[in-house]
Amino acid sequence: MSWTGKVLRINLTAGEITTEALNEEWKNDYLGSRGLATKYLSEEIDPACDPLSAENKMIMATGPLTGTMASTGGRYVVVTKGPLTNCIACSNSGGFIGAEMKSAGWDMIIFEGKSPTPVYLYIENDKAELLPADEIWGTSVWHTDEWLHAKHQDPLLRIAAVGRPAENGCLYAGIINDLHRAAGRSGVGTVMASKNLKAVAVRGTLGVGNIADPAGFMKAVNDGKAVLAENPVTGQGLPAYGTQVLMNVINEIGALPTNNMKEVQFDGAHAISGEAMHEPRKSDGRPNLTTNAACFGCTIACGRISTIDQGHFSVKNKSKYWGNSGGLEYEAAWALGADNGVDDLDALTYCNFICNEEGFDPITFGATVAAAMEMYEDGNLSKEQTGGIDFSFGSAEALTQAVDLVASGEGFGVDLALGSKRLCEKYGRPELSMSVKGLEFPAYDPRGIQGIGLNYATSNRGACHVRGYTVASEVLGIPEKTDPLTAEGKPALVKAFQDATAAVDSAGICLFTTFAWSLDNIAPQVEAACGGGWSPERLAETGERIWNMERDFNLKAGFTRADDNLPERLRTEAAKTGPAKGLVSKVEEMLPEYYELRGWDSDGVPTAETRKRLGLS
Amino acid sequence: MQKSLVINPDKCTGCLQCELACSYENEGVFNPSKSRIKVFTFHQEGRFVPYTCTQCSEAWCQQACPVNAITLNLQTGAKEVNESSCVGCKVCTIACPFGTVNYNHSSGKVIKCDLCGGNPKCVEACPTQAITYVDADQTGLEKMRQWATETDNNTATA
Ligand code: SF4
Repeated sequence: MSWTGKVLRINLTAGEITTEALNEEWKNDYLGSRGLATKYLSEEIDPACDPLSAENKMIMATGPLTGTMASTGGRYVVVTKGPLTNCIACSNSGGFIGAEMKSAGWDMIIFEGKSPTPVYLYIENDKAELLPADEIWGTSVWHTDEWLHAKHQDPLLRIAAVGRPAENGCLYAGIINDLHRAAGRSGVGTVMASKNLKAVAVRGTLGVGNIADPAGFMKAVNDGKAVLAENPVTGQGLPAYGTQVLMNVINEIGALPTNNMKEVQFDGAHAISGEAMHEPRKSDGRPNLTTNAACFGCTIACGRISTIDQGHFSVKNKSKYWGNSGGLEYEAAWALGADNGVDDLDALTYCNFICNEEGFDPITFGATVAAAMEMYEDGNLSKEQTGGIDFSFGSAEALTQAVDLVASGEGFGVDLALGSKRLCEKYGRPELSMSVKGLEFPAYDPRGIQGIGLNYATSNRGACHVRGYTVASEVLGIPEKTDPLTAEGKPALVKAFQDATAAVDSAGICLFTTFAWSLDNIAPQVEAACGGGWSPERLAETGERIWNMERDFNLKAGFTRADDNLPERLRTEAAKTGPAKGLVSKVEEMLPEYYELRGWDSDGVPTAETRKRLGLS
Repeated sequence: MQKSLVINPDKCTGCLQCELACSYENEGVFNPSKSRIKVFTFHQEGRFVPYTCTQCSEAWCQQACPVNAITLNLQTGAKEVNESSCVGCKVCTIACPFGTVNYNHSSGKVIKCDLCGGNPKCVEACPTQAITYVDADQTGLEKMRQWATETDNNTATA
């Protein structure tokens, strides 16, 4: 129970909408959200297909805890084959639309084919229809949001939309919901736009009930909330500083990639940190941060609501950006800031606003600019090629111009919209793309945090921190402290984090709960909501099954062992400063042990025995 | 001792736990659209404001009701809707100057806060104490305490 048991299927080619029952057997094996949607996708498309063709499908899915009172139970995912990476893409977002979908009665929405003309999907409980989107095609996410609210005369409509970069084929466009929450990575927005689907607007008033054991559920939920409130990270650090609580911490341990990962520490780290967001500005005495904010049902509230200094060059005469909007979280602040050597908090906040307004991933964007800056400084990219912009590391002006160009799809923005892998190949320096499987790294250097390097190399969607966040253990000591500088024991740590994360994502709650919660805190909530015997062990096994299914998808898409690696720089150029000085990533040393623990052969293919154990065909 | 709900919007994060708790208590489903307490979001200003019935002494809704379906609970001070007498005419929703009485499409009756009989679930659910249930004679206490700390010249408060 706790699932609605209903799936909405939208055939965009024919303009047909049908409903079907959720596959009972699959939901017991894959739980919901990430796991269940990936199962559907794996069964329904050829993993080798062109991600931007009509053959690819896109699934929006909730989990059994989505829409309930379980803390952070508002998450939804977008699962598809990603155009930036050509592997499985699964992007998770909070905000409010996931819970709204569930409250409208749907566990999942499957989009297939391609609409002949621009459309948006409008859902009001059982009623679902495709409506023309010609008037909003070619406009931003924020404009689309305003237009839809006005058109339907409903201020409570929850909206997810794509902006201009997605329509223009930018390979890392995301889907933005509730103005500044994002299913941001792998280019899931590009897939949505390739189907001529501009937006999904949902109003659900049925509510989420169907709880297997109501009294047990409220107890498990309240116990879970108490654990989050008492934990220093989820109870104090995240509400006060958001994920930006990490900027100074990671810089100090020498794992803050700087200037396209040439360095591991950034002099300007404090200026762009969570602490700095609280400091009053010289100009108007207000801090960057107005307040923290929560996603649906979340008792942590890590979200940032910020303003930009009205006198800052990026927003001069642009009053549209003078109000409050979604502020910087750590990954964005790092990618836009440290990775480009830019320490101008207002410039970074401006770029963040634009990434939300127009719908593209600030991590990939920032890391792509960083690669461009290195090529510019090395002379591979000329000023003519950048359209007259001085692309030197540290230039806030170059960064803000770049963000405007990707938003509009003009000039050098066309090249930047390719992502770092294709950009570096185009200008003859493929080794300068700091990515795995085409997805750029987030904000942790694998030389100073060894485990995260192995996770990047093996993550099924490319270099991603939220697939196995070993930083929790290696840096913060959660659940127990391991030495970030050693490779020893890391394969087992990575596997455990990857499997648990797959289960957490599939339940419909936020990964950030796991700073305080283990599967022991989550299982009672899932079990009381769903029934059927969800123990911590079964959740971990479900996570492992999901991980192997995603791996299978990638193998069928043509990926091999050779793709489970880090760029040469991280394996050969040692960290120059900080605690990791002299170290490189030992990823190649860790990989064989990881394969073995996973029950994969030396080519990284799950053995027959492993498949049998996990019930995979 | 009679108690009142006191709301401090400064502390609200917009998480909707109050709406979830309220709707679950009253409707048996997690459903913000059926909550008796509502959180209003002001994007530009970056503010979240929870709001519900203040239980007016001379309640407009009570006076407007043609069938006397809204009555006073002497113990809690709440103005409660008697479901069996309510005819769903919605006059009370027009009479309430604050918009805190709402029509429930599924039941055909109106819904409003009844303080959960003296144990408001929204208060229990709120993670930041933005909603509290305090002695009705002392509702200003927290505000005064805050003012006192802010103006205390012995402690360096930022
Ligand atoms: S912890 Fe942050 S991202 Fe996660 S649900 Fe809460 S507010 Fe949203």
